[in-house]
Amino acid sequence: MDLFEKLKILSDSAKYDVACTSSGVDRKNGKDGIGNAAACGICHTFSADGRCVSLLKVLLTNVCVYDCAYCVNRRSNDLPRAAFTPRELADLTIEFYRRNYIEGLFLSSGVMKNPDYTCEQMIKTLEILRNEYRFFGYIHAKAIPGADEALLQRLGMLADRMSVNIELPSQKSLNRLAPDKSKTSILKPMGFISGRLRENKRELIKYQHAPKFVPAGQSTQMIIGATPDTDYQILNLSSALYQKYRLKRVFFSAYMPVSTNPLLPAADTPPPLLREHRLYQADWLLRFYGFKAEELLDEEHPHFNPLIDPKCNWALNHMELFPIEVQTAPYEMLLRVPGIGVTSAKRIITARKAGTLSYAGLKKIGVVLKRAQYFIIAGGKLADGLHITQDGMLRSLISQQGLDYVSRQLPQQYEQLSLFSDHKIGDMEVRACLQAKM
Amino acid sequence: MFAGKNVVYEYDGTFDGFFSCVFESFQNKETPVDIRRFDQPQQTLDPARFIATNASHAARVQKAIPQKIGRGAGLLVRDAFLTFLPQKELHMLRFLQAGFAAGPGILRNLTDDTVCTLQKAQRHLYNESHRFKQFIRFSATEKVLSAVIRPRNQVLPLIAPHFIDRYPLESFLIYDETNGMALVYRPRQAAIIPVDNFVMDQPDETEQMYRQLWREYYDTIAIEERYNPKCRMSHMPKRYWDNMTEFCRPARPGLRGAAR
Ligand code: SF4
Repeated sequence: MDLFEKLKILSDSAKYDVACTSSGVDRKNGKDGIGNAAACGICHTFSADGRCVSLLKVLLTNVCVYDCAYCVNRRSNDLPRAAFTPRELADLTIEFYRRNYIEGLFLSSGVMKNPDYTCEQMIKTLEILRNEYRFFGYIHAKAIPGADEALLQRLGMLADRMSVNIELPSQKSLNRLAPDKSKTSILKPMGFISGRLRENKRELIKYQHAPKFVPAGQSTQMIIGATPDTDYQILNLSSALYQKYRLKRVFFSAYMPVSTNPLLPAADTPPPLLREHRLYQADWLLRFYGFKAEELLDEEHPHFNPLIDPKCNWALNHMELFPIEVQTAPYEMLLRVPGIGVTSAKRIITARKAGTLSYAGLKKIGVVLKRAQYFIIAGGKLADGLHITQDGMLRSLISQQGLDYVSRQLPQQYEQLSLFSDHKIGDMEVRACLQAKM
Repeated sequence: MFAGKNVVYEYDGTFDGFFSCVFESFQNKETPVDIRRFDQPQQTLDPARFIATNASHAARVQKAIPQKIGRGAGLLVRDAFLTFLPQKELHMLRFLQAGFAAGPGILRNLTDDTVCTLQKAQRHLYNESHRFKQFIRFSATEKVLSAVIRPRNQVLPLIAPHFIDRYPLESFLIYDETNGMALVYRPRQAAIIPVDNFVMDQPDETEQMYRQLWREYYDTIAIEERYNPKCRMSHMPKRYWDNMTEFCRPARPGLRGAAR
């Protein structure tokens, strides 16, 4: 089989893994090799689906002895199979890297023969890259559940980031859909990696030049929409993972039907992209905006509102806190205003030291007022010419994705709101619709 | 503030030349209506005065900036000089006049017109530089890697350290077609030099193979059910596509992901 065919098969099977970032480690070249790594990560292209392509994301092989129902590579699926040799893959990575196509390699694999053998093949590939080519670029390696810890340790010394995908957000779902796996078999390597990370931190304090174990930390991925688990469960699980295992990232992946298994959504179910998007927004709020999971959702309201983003939803449920004065509000509160992000909040803090901020001033420094205007006052005043009509407010707060979603998927449910007619919308209706946590 | 004067400063287009203009303005306590490179077409009827580049004048101005206005101001001026902001020299002069009068506080005055204009131009420069770190594509021959870019700003000085650190053992060349400059590197030696014309070598077989492999990869990883050209476009505007391997293909109709 030629290289073209292998690449096609092995990237096709890897593409459902959503993590493609090359972030989390800043490394200068050692001057005698090739490559470096930038902490912010670099996307080298965007595929036709709009996703960032930073790494050569492939499987070493798509042969697998397991049979997880949600996975294209499951043993029982009739599919062309292929495997790279470690040498082939290392060469390909370097040649792509030289041409500035990629930041590095994302290496995952089906389980061929057994977990240990698979892990050894991955290690061989990375050893060629790191030791022979002296490659200083980014490497993300998937830990193979069930592999010996000594092997995981070796893999981790070669990689920048490791991940173990939890895939299904509950034990019940795992039992049904991944009979060969259990939550413990996934959490065990995750626990091992976080334990090693902690030890390594201590080693690095003692000996500055101690070798680094996965310096960009570990991440995981969960599939959204393959199982009945709610947004609330997923968000809680991910914040527990952040805390317990010190994960750097939890990725969400909208489920693409790849199987006719009756336990899974039917083959024509569209992937829940908006839901995935809302979860990322919420995850962002937890990591950078000081929100807690229980501020966004609770037992009674376990799903995000598809119409508006989670921050906006939160704000509308806490109108007693608004409007806030931009001249004096603390940073944490500015961050809670819909439409104001970290950059805008920081600019406001800087600019207001130099003088009183007006709406024109806010615009000048790049704060987008479309949504924020309903939640702030500047220099003691509401925005000029802003009369809060419910209609206008509704239109500016609902996200474009929300609108598209509504027009596609929820026609009956929201018909009474006459979103798309000029009929005036009543105050109560607007509030009810936007505040809804569903 | 200095009085406006009906005169246009002309200079040689160098950074030192610009600082010599600044020196001239402060010495005469005057603000010209424009500062432009001597080889650029005249926009106004005002009389022109050629300001000869004077290294010691330039050095005095350059030294005073970090001392009186702060390091950030020095950086802002250096960066602004690389941008394609119309009348950038005049904006920079105004900024320096205000800065020498007000001191370091000027940089926090984000709503000031001059500061705001220059910072916006600086951000554009940074964004564009980042885009080229992302989207430059090298072609490899046996000996060198080469790439062509068509930036709006002069990004070479900003992206040079990144690529030098990335490929320390390679020889490479990045040709900036817009500004007629090239970054040329061979191990441990780098220079940005004026280059009039540069034509890439025809790709050899190996190069063609890797290009084809990359296109194959690019087409395969897109998930059909998630097709979202708008999102792709916002992250990767069309103007970068011309020099990107995945969009330059031997004509074959109907390929997904191809420029459409
Ligand atoms: S072990 Fe991994 S590759 Fe194999 S079927 Fe399960 S999810 Fe797929």
